[in-house]
Amino acid sequence: MDLFEYQARDIFEKHGVPVLGGVVATTPEEARSGAESLGGGTVVVKAQVKVGGRGKAGGVKLAHSPEEAAQKAEEILGMDIKGHTVHRVMIAAGARIAEEYYFSVLLDRANRSYLAMCSVEGGVEIEQLAVERPEALAKIEVDPLVGIDAAKAEEIVTAAGFADDVKADVADAIQKLWTVYLEEDATLVEVNPLVKTEDGAIVALDGKVTLDENAGFRHADHEALEDKAAADPLEAKAKENDLNYVKLDGEVGIIGNGAGLVMSTLDVVAYAGEAHGGVKPANFLDIGGGASASVMAAGLDVILNDPQVKSVFVNVFGGITACDAVADGIVQALEILGAEANKPLVVRLDGNNVVEGRRILTEANHPLVTLAETMDGGADKAAELAAAAA
Amino acid sequence: MAIFINEDSKVVVQGMTGSEGQKHTTRMLASGTAVVGGVNPRKAGTSVSFPAPGSADGSVDVPVFGSVADAMATTGANVSVIFVPPAFTKAAVVEAIEAGMPLVVIITEGVPVKDSAEFYTLAEQKGVRLVGPNCPGIISPGKSNVGIIPADITGPGKVGLVSKSGTLTYQMMYELKDFGFSTAVGIGGDPVIGTTHIDALAAFEADPDTEAIVMIGEIGGDAEERAAAYIKEHVTKPVVGYVAGFTAPEGKTMGHAGAIVSGSSGTAQAKKEALEAAGVKVGKTPSETASLMREILS
Repeated sequence: MDLFEYQARDIFEKHGVPVLGGVVATTPEEARSGAESLGGGTVVVKAQVKVGGRGKAGGVKLAHSPEEAAQKAEEILGMDIKGHTVHRVMIAAGARIAEEYYFSVLLDRANRSYLAMCSVEGGVEIEQLAVERPEALAKIEVDPLVGIDAAKAEEIVTAAGFADDVKADVADAIQKLWTVYLEEDATLVEVNPLVKTEDGAIVALDGKVTLDENAGFRHADHEALEDKAAADPLEAKAKENDLNYVKLDGEVGIIGNGAGLVMSTLDVVAYAGEAHGGVKPANFLDIGGGASASVMAAGLDVILNDPQVKSVFVNVFGGITACDAVADGIVQALEILGAEANKPLVVRLDGNNVVEGRRILTEANHPLVTLAETMDGGADKAAELAAAAA
Repeated sequence: MAIFINEDSKVVVQGMTGSEGQKHTTRMLASGTAVVGGVNPRKAGTSVSFPAPGSADGSVDVPVFGSVADAMATTGANVSVIFVPPAFTKAAVVEAIEAGMPLVVIITEGVPVKDSAEFYTLAEQKGVRLVGPNCPGIISPGKSNVGIIPADITGPGKVGLVSKSGTLTYQMMYELKDFGFSTAVGIGGDPVIGTTHIDALAAFEADPDTEAIVMIGEIGGDAEERAAAYIKEHVTKPVVGYVAGFTAPEGKTMGHAGAIVSGSSGTAQAKKEALEAAGVKVGKTPSETASLMREILS
């Protein structure tokens, strides 16, 4: 889960990382009172969107009074930045910047450890810096069992080439940012820029934090950080029912078991669709191991509520899951949904108890259900039905 | 031979007394696996009865030990499989590593990545092989079955399989059921996993029972690209590949915690191209991948 800048700022503050005052506002009036609460002087009004390049897009503006902050907030709220609508702004205290640096620590999948990156040339696109001047970006591996202790922080600031007068303060900030990474179960903590102000203080001016959703069980407070309003309504509905669903832009609804098989099903449907007017998969939906009637009904309910969907392909390989249970689930789900089930369903079953599973569906003889012998055949049939209904 | 597990594998189940552990211990025993014990400190000294259709009284009692170390000392166990919930997985893995268990298979899905990074680092230091987490386990058909892979899809044969996905493993075993498998290894779909594609490829290359290898990947990370480079340098046996997730949008996690395209990295297209550049034939679909393997084997 990616956090907004203001959420990252709050988490930084909680762990003692030096930050400036900042409050979130969803209306110009809130922006005005926010600016007042910060002393009524110069503030920066910053669009809160989870995408880079907001400054260039006009989403960051200086305001010299609470009135001006309200006015700038009015301009920024509702803006579209690279497809993201701005629903909130952060009113941030102004700072006189002397120097800009960069720091991040992130999961290194390939080495199964962590990587710290640091540069005395911050405030720029770091991917660009890494390509154009790799020598300016220090990359230091962090042992997951040791973390960033004082010695590692010293190694990082030395490798990045910090001047002696800021080294100690930057190293201290880096250790605190490590605490954020460790204690919040983050997979990314990035500060760009980390600045030295004109009076010599080190401050994290903008932050990006990604949290590990698998660690939610030990962070009761993380759920509140989720941006529920931004989620697709169908994805939100699926999440309420504990379904693993991703909305896509196509016509063939997909239900399967196991993440790999469902991803593969999307691909196979997309290939099949090439011969049927270019129809595409409408979603990813993994119903996992236990395909009970209620799970199947909840899944079908989400998919059939997608107005783009013209047909549905159910692709199940029974490993642990028994195909007869899946078939029962489909029959009962169609009963539960009644008239709401109004799109053709192509069902492919293989594996554990497949003969019984196919028998159940054949006997039920539901007018919407077509049985497919293979995954490829089922994908083709579902694409054909979607194209015919489009 | 086979890789990682064989007829000499003696398996302890951490979490055997839980519902998932009981269900899958029953299945492992039914497929002939030597399950020699379970671990649960609160139930040490007891045993759990499992159905065993072949035995005299139709059941077998599997002893429960207080620790992995106790189970190893008493039974000579050399594999541990873990079915405990995510919150307890790290402690279970660390216990197995500290006890000196040579192979630890972690089935649990939803383990925080920090925990995985920590126990992986420890395992490296102690020379312990981890498989998973978030994986279906390993099967060497007819010899041993550690995890949740159905044993009845196919039997022993000459194909080796390594996959990030459980159900795609089953699908591919089913497609190639007339050939059979030396070993199928489900390495799991998390961002941090123990055994990688490369580790399994190296083991299959060295395994006289394996004639050809199927490698299944999916979006996210660059494990497939690195495996491609490894194949080019080190693998002489024929390899066919499959990659899932061509239609996955950027920035969305597709079921597996590690299955995400970030910016332009981790795409299925890049993985396919890397594998093809290494001389691996890559199927567009599971069935086409199986056909490529059939051509090699026939």
